[in-house]
Order: sequence, then C-alpha cells, then structure tokens
Amino acid sequence: MIVSAGYYMALAAALFVIGALGMLLRRNVLVMFMCIELMLNAVNLTLISAGRALNDLNGQVAVFFILVVAAAEVVVGLAIIVAIFRRRSTASIDELSELRG
Amino acid sequence: MTFSAWISEPINWIFLLVGLVVLASGFRVVTAKNVVHAALLLVAALAGTAGLFLMLAAEFVAWVLVLVYIGAVIVLFLFGIMITRAPTGQDEGLDSEKKVVPALLSVGVFVLMAWGSIDAFGTTLVGATGDPISTELIGESLLGRFVIPFEVVSFVLLAALIGSITLARKDLTPIEEEEGRRV
Repeated sequence: MIVSAGYYMALAAALFVIGALGMLLRRNVLVMFMCIELMLNAVNLTLISAGRALNDLNGQVAVFFILVVAAAEVVVGLAIIVAIFRRRSTASIDELSELRG
Repeated sequence: MTFSAWISEPINWIFLLVGLVVLASGFRVVTAKNVVHAALLLVAALAGTAGLFLMLAAEFVAWVLVLVYIGAVIVLFLFGIMITRAPTGQDEGLDSEKKVVPALLSVGVFVLMAWGSIDAFGTTLVGATGDPISTELIGESLLGRFVIPFEVVSFVLLAALIGSITLARKDLTPIEEEEGRRV
C-alpha cells in the first residue's frame, strides 16, 4: 500500500496554510514575500500530483509557467522592496500606508 | 489500510521524511525572527518540494525548481536582505497582535483542503495510471500547443528585467538630472 496522490495534496495544503498563516501573522515585508513563495510552491505540488495521478502532461506545463511568472514577480517585488528600504529603514508593512485611500 | 501495512513500504518512509522536512522548514520560515535564517530555511523547504516532485516523476520541473529558485531567487533574496539597509536581526514587535483568529482560520482551511483532496484522490495511486511523462513530451508541448504562452512568458521576463532595473536604480536629484542631460 503506497502513498496515494491525495496525501501529496494534503501535504501541499499544509504547506499552503503555513504560508497563508505567515502572511497573516508576520509584518516583515521580506518574510511575507517568502511566504508567497511557499504558497506558490504548495500550489505547484498540487498541480504536479494531480498531473501524475491523472497522467496528464498539462500539470507540469502549468507548473513551468507558474515558476517563470513567480520568478518575474520576485524580481519586481524585490526591486520595489529595495527602493522602499532606500528611502526608509523600516521593514514593517504597517508603516507603508501612504497609498491608503 | 492499516498503519503497519502503510509503514512497511520504503517509499512511504521517504514521503514521510521529506514531508516532515518540508513542513518543519516551512513552519520555521514563518516563525524565524532572523530574516537571513528564514531565507536559508526557505532553501530547505524548496529542496524538499523538489524532492517530492522527483518522487512524482516530474524531473524537468524539479530541476527547474532547483536551478531557478534555490539557484537564483534565494540568492536574490539574500542580496535584497544584505545589500540594502534591511534590518536583519531580531524584529520583535513586528508581528501581528491577533493570533487566534488567523490560526483557527488556517486550521479550518487546511482541514477543508486536506479532506477534499484525500476524498478525491485518496485512492489514486501515484504511477498507477501509466508511465511518467518524459521531458521530451513537455518540450514538444511547450513549443507546439503552448508556443504562444511560452513566447508571452518570455516577454513577461523581459518586462520584469527592465522594470526591476528602473525601480532599483538610484533616483537622481533634479540637479544631477540636469547635469546628466548636459553630458
């Protein structure tokens, strides 16, 4: 009795929830950014295990596109964070509230 | 399915071990007080995910994950932490005060998602539906059926490159800009 695809997805759900909990609890911009990466990886794991369970090629293709877009997102997000850090040395998301309506 | 029958399979040992490593390092990413430690623990979480991808016979995506994420994105994170004036030490008081509601919400979401996925795929054995998909097939698919998304995504990467250079460049004061125009 080997482990089934559903347990890979349950593991991915746990990883996603850990990332979401980090987004909710932490106020450090860089840590919140890492939590986004954790959540993206959990979704990738779900897609891969579904693709393997259904023997479908498109799961891996979708994960490939998610990885590329996430890499672009990291580059732009870190550039924004660097630009913020240059003007002020706080890492707290709560102090960056100028765009509040 | 009894637990003793489940634990007697060696592949389940590997799944349990890698899964625990991924969950523990993911949890430490969230709870680490030092940002550099969080970035290094993210490496462990991503490496474990790549190992799970290999167990699911997705070699291409697993190695893309290792090269792009562990090779490039984490280095970018560490550069972002260390080159800028980001506070790397203890950051007490930066966490949200309200902890109970997010924790209950997360446990609820986890139970819902885990129940749904085990209900749907709990009996679908990995690898029971045929041979693993080879990298050759993925390459043919990316340059055949998915060629337009592939090109669009390369354009997205170019836009991200230009955008990040523009954003992270040092801003010039009006006087410096005037001088730059003259030169």
